[in-house]
Amino acid sequence: MKTDDARIRWVESPKLGMLGKSYLTLFIKGLTTTLGHLFFHKKVTLESPEQRHKVLDPVNYRGVHRLNKDEQGRVKCVACFLCATACPAHCIDIVAEPSPWPDREKYPKVFNIDELRCIFCGMCEQACPVEAIELTSFYDLTGASREEMIFDKEKLLSVFDQTKEREPMPSKRANDAAQDRLKTCPTSGDSS
Amino acid sequence: MPKITIDGREIELPDGQRMNVIEAAKLSGVEIPHYCYHPGLPVVGSCRMCLIETGNCDAKTGEIKMQPKLVPGCTVPATDGLVIVTANEKVRQARAMVEEDLLLRHPVDCPICDKAGECTLQDYYFKYGQASRRTDVMPFTSRKRDLGDVNLFIDRCVLCSRCVRFCAEVSGTAELMIANRGAHEEIDVVPDFPLHNELSGNVVDLCPVGALADKDFLYQQRVWFMRRHRSVCTDCSVGCSIWVEENQDQIYRLKPRENPHVNKWWICNQGRYGYHHVHDANRLAVPRVRKDGKTVDLSWNGLPEELKSKLFTAGHLGGVFSPFISVEEAYLLAKLLRSIDPQAVLAMGPMPRVGEDQKFPGGFVITAEKVPNRRGIEEILGYFMHKVLSFEDFLQEMQRIEFGGVWVSGGYKGPWIEDSAARRFEKIPLLIVQDLFPSSLSERATYQLPAAAFSEREGSYMNRDDRLQTANMAVRPPWGVRAEGSLFWQMLGRKGLYNSRTVLDDLSREVLYFAPAAGPLPDTGLDMKINKLAEVGALTAKTA
Repeated sequence: MKTDDARIRWVESPKLGMLGKSYLTLFIKGLTTTLGHLFFHKKVTLESPEQRHKVLDPVNYRGVHRLNKDEQGRVKCVACFLCATACPAHCIDIVAEPSPWPDREKYPKVFNIDELRCIFCGMCEQACPVEAIELTSFYDLTGASREEMIFDKEKLLSVFDQTKEREPMPSKRANDAAQDRLKTCPTSGDSS
Repeated sequence: MPKITIDGREIELPDGQRMNVIEAAKLSGVEIPHYCYHPGLPVVGSCRMCLIETGNCDAKTGEIKMQPKLVPGCTVPATDGLVIVTANEKVRQARAMVEEDLLLRHPVDCPICDKAGECTLQDYYFKYGQASRRTDVMPFTSRKRDLGDVNLFIDRCVLCSRCVRFCAEVSGTAELMIANRGAHEEIDVVPDFPLHNELSGNVVDLCPVGALADKDFLYQQRVWFMRRHRSVCTDCSVGCSIWVEENQDQIYRLKPRENPHVNKWWICNQGRYGYHHVHDANRLAVPRVRKDGKTVDLSWNGLPEELKSKLFTAGHLGGVFSPFISVEEAYLLAKLLRSIDPQAVLAMGPMPRVGEDQKFPGGFVITAEKVPNRRGIEEILGYFMHKVLSFEDFLQEMQRIEFGGVWVSGGYKGPWIEDSAARRFEKIPLLIVQDLFPSSLSERATYQLPAAAFSEREGSYMNRDDRLQTANMAVRPPWGVRAEGSLFWQMLGRKGLYNSRTVLDDLSREVLYFAPAAGPLPDTGLDMKINKLAEVGALTAKTA
C-alpha cells in the first residue's frame, strides 16, 4: 500500500489542554485501579502447595497421563502405537508383545511417557481406539531427576487407581448416564 | 505394435510381450485394483477386485462392441484392438461390492495388525469402498494359527490364495492349502506338515492383507515409522536386491526389492532374517592395540595416521581381502597397500561354502557360496596382482615371504578362521585385523579395528553373474565403529567424506573391467558381462 492510497485515513493526535499535559487525571485513574486491587479485590493467587488450585472439570483437565485398566485389572492398551504416532512431542515409547491372555492379541510390554517432553495437548487421548490412555487432573508433578519423570507402565497404571473414582472412563460415564436416564424415565419404570 | 484403449485413451504396448490388462493399464498409469493377481504367480481370477468392462474395436470400421458382463482384468490378455473401461459407474459399484463382501467377516483389528499402513484392503477400501459399513459386526480379535514358519490370522484372510500358489509353484513345497468349503474356507496345512521351507518368508510379503504375519517381525514396529533403503543381500553370491527397513538406526526387517534380473520378487529366509548380527552385542566396538601383551582401547583420533606410519615402516606388506567388503572398499585398500609397498601381496579371504546350490521350481536359486562379492574382489585383485591368490595360497606365501605387515579385512557374519590358520599369522610384527566379531585372529592382532556391517556402509557388490549392484547405507554404525570405506579414504589422504560413487568413478577410469560402471548404476544393477562380449568382439576382430 502506497502512502497516496485513497483508502488511507489520516488522523491527528488530539490537542492536549493544560490538564491533559499534566497527566494528573491519568495518574489518578491508574492509581485507583491499583488501590482497588490492593484493598477491594479477591486474591486469585494461592499459597501453593499448602493451598490447592481447584480443578473445575477433572474430566476435561489435561494433566498427568494414566493407563486405564479393564474389568479384570489388566492394562487396556493394545499397543497399537496410535498415541505415539499422534504425539507431536514424541514422548511416548512403546514396546509391544503378543499378549499372555487368550482373548487379547497384543499388549504393551513397555509403555513409557516422558512427562518432561510431553506438552499435554491430549492428542494421545483422542487417538486411542480403546480409551486406554487418558489425561487426569493431576497437575503438579515433581521429580528429583529426568529419569524419574519418565513414567513407566506401572506408574501410569497406578495413576489410574488413584483417579478412577473421581474421573471415571468415558465408557463408564456414558454407562452411568444411561443408567441414570433409565431410573428417571417414567416409561421404563412403568414397563418393569 | 498392439494398440489398446483404456478409458478412452489409446496406448501402444511394447512388442513381443505377453501381458494382461492389469499390467497394460499399469504401463499407462491406470491402477486396476487386485488382490489375487501377482505377476510372479499363476492367474486364478478369484478375488473379483479387478473387474472391468471390456470390448473390441473393429480395425476396419472402427466400431466398438462392448461385452455385456464385467470380466476380471487379470484373465484378459492385452491384444490389439482391445477396449477397456475402468472408470465408469458399473465398475465402481462392482469394486465397492467386492470390498463390502471382503469386509463382511473381517475383524477390522487394524490397530493391532502388523500390515496396517501397507495393507491393500485398507488402501482399496478408502479408494474404492463405500462410505460406511452396512454390517453390524463390531471389530473383534482374529483367530490365530501357527502354520510353522509364519503365523496365520484366520479371520483377516481374503482368500486370494497367493500364498498357496507360491508354495505350489515357486518354492515347490506345496505345504499350504485352502481347507473347507464356501464361507468356511481357510488357509491351512496338513497336520504334521507345517509350512517350513527356505522361501517361506515370501508368503508374508505376498499376503495383501495382514493374514500371514512374520514371526520375526511380529509386533516389533508399526510400518509407518520405518524408512526403507536400497540394499543388496550379502548372504550368498546371488546378491538379491533388498530393502532394508529401519527406524532410528535399528533394522526391523528386510524385504525383497523387485529385480527381474536377479531375484524377481523373492528372497530366501536366510537372507531375510540374516540381519540380526548387525545389532549383536558381541560386535567389536572400539579399535584396540596390543602393547606388551596387553590390549588397550584406542580412539579414532589420529589413528589413521598412526596406522599409515606403522605400515610405512613395516616392510613387505600383505593384504587379505574379505569377499564381504564392497568393490570400492577393496579398490581403496588395494590402492593404499600398493601406494605404501608397490610389491604388496594381495589375496582373497576365505570363501565359506555351505551345502550345495539350491534351485527352486520357480527359478529362484540359493548358492552354496555364502559371500556377496567374490567376483568383484577377483577383478580388483586381478588388476593389481595379475592373478587371484586364494586364502590358502596366501598362507603358503607367508611361509615363503617374510611379511612385515599384513592387513586382514574380515566382516564375516560368523566364525570364519580356524585356529590353525590364525596361529600362522602370529609371527607377523604388524597385524591389522578389521572385523565384525572377535575371533582367534583378532586376538592375535596388533591393531584390532571394528568393521561395519553390510547395512552400515555404502558400496557395490558384484554377484556370481557379474551384475554390479549398489547398496546404500541404511543405518549408522554403532559408536566407535568406522566403516572401512571412510577409513581407507582418509588414510589415502582424500579430502571430505567418503563417497562410494566417486570411488566407483575412479575405479571405472582406472580398471578397464569396471569401465561400464562410469555411468549411473540402475537400481536393478549393471550387467558387467558386456566386458566379456567386448573381449569376444576384440578377439573376433583380430582373427578377421
